[in-house]
Amino acid sequence: MSILHTVNKSPFEKSSLQSCIAHASEGSALLLYEDGVYAATKGTSVSDLVAGVAGVKLYVLGPDLKARGMQEERLIDGVTVVDYTGFVDLAAEYDKVVAWV
Amino acid sequence: MSVTKKFMYLNRRPPYGTIYAWESLEVVLIGAAFEQDVSLAFLDDGVYQIIKGQDTSGIDMKNFSPTYSALGDYEVTKLYVERESLEERGLTVDDLMPLTWEDEAEDWAEKDSIQLISRAELAKLMDEQDVLFSF
Amino acid sequence: MPIEVNGKSFETDEEGYLVNLAEWEPGIAEVMAKQDELELNDEHWEIINFLREYYDEYQIAPAVRVLTKAVGKKLGKDKGNSKYLYSLFPYGPGKQACRFAGLPKPTGCI
Repeated sequence: MSILHTVNKSPFEKSSLQSCIAHASEGSALLLYEDGVYAATKGTSVSDLVAGVAGVKLYVLGPDLKARGMQEERLIDGVTVVDYTGFVDLAAEYDKVVAWV
Repeated sequence: MSVTKKFMYLNRRPPYGTIYAWESLEVVLIGAAFEQDVSLAFLDDGVYQIIKGQDTSGIDMKNFSPTYSALGDYEVTKLYVERESLEERGLTVDDLMPLTWEDEAEDWAEKDSIQLISRAELAKLMDEQDVLFSF
Repeated sequence: MPIEVNGKSFETDEEGYLVNLAEWEPGIAEVMAKQDELELNDEHWEIINFLREYYDEYQIAPAVRVLTKAVGKKLGKDKGNSKYLYSLFPYGPGKQACRFAGLPKPTGCI
């Protein structure tokens, strides 16, 4: 029963990301959107935490990334960019969705 | 005779996810009419407000990042950016929009508005203010 | 209250500003001016176009003192003063000209 986790809060302002990662088991996925997209960028104080998750697929919502001026070359290796349709597809693909709002 | 006070706006939130960044900018522009000694500080996630290359066409929201370039016209010419906040986010000053103002007294010479300062320096500047607004 | 221009209807707010900036067309300015008993000439259009360019660049309608300074820089000191701008737009170059230009009420006008 795999889970799609979503985080839409900045990792520097709230603990949603940290808590989510602590509860994400192997085979689940994490989608970052809205202010959560900053967690997908390289060289931040949470980059190691995000890059270090084992067995969890990482996704980020492209339009939110673009709005914030975060170019794709800033992304941590292994993060996949999806659009709104991709978001919907992920939600359908996984058994459950947990929104860490 | 009116006394000029030192006003500092602390910008701590990223743009778009919440309304804070835009609200702060509007208050600054409206408050500029009172001709006080105004400065803006960008710290914590507030540094994301002035990242260059923002494009909101995909999220159906107004891209208000160009408005920061109008601050000089409103005689808001001191924009302090906290170095540690940039570093914690993997950013450098080159990732920021080049914000300038034009000095009418020097034949519209273009001058940088952004000043990179340390956390300790910002703390000291905050102590020197008469009024602080935090967004 | 909607405004009728060339058989089309455009939504405006309670102060007469166009609701949807993207709908603007020159005829809207003409009709708004007529309602204010003004005939638009080239000098008016120079300021209206200046405001539209300013909005396009900065995403705000400038406060009147900002407009005055910016006009002075771009079009010369003889135009960048309130006497000249008020002679063109008696209800205020910020508020009235922005309304004609289809912009929101100036940010910083109080």
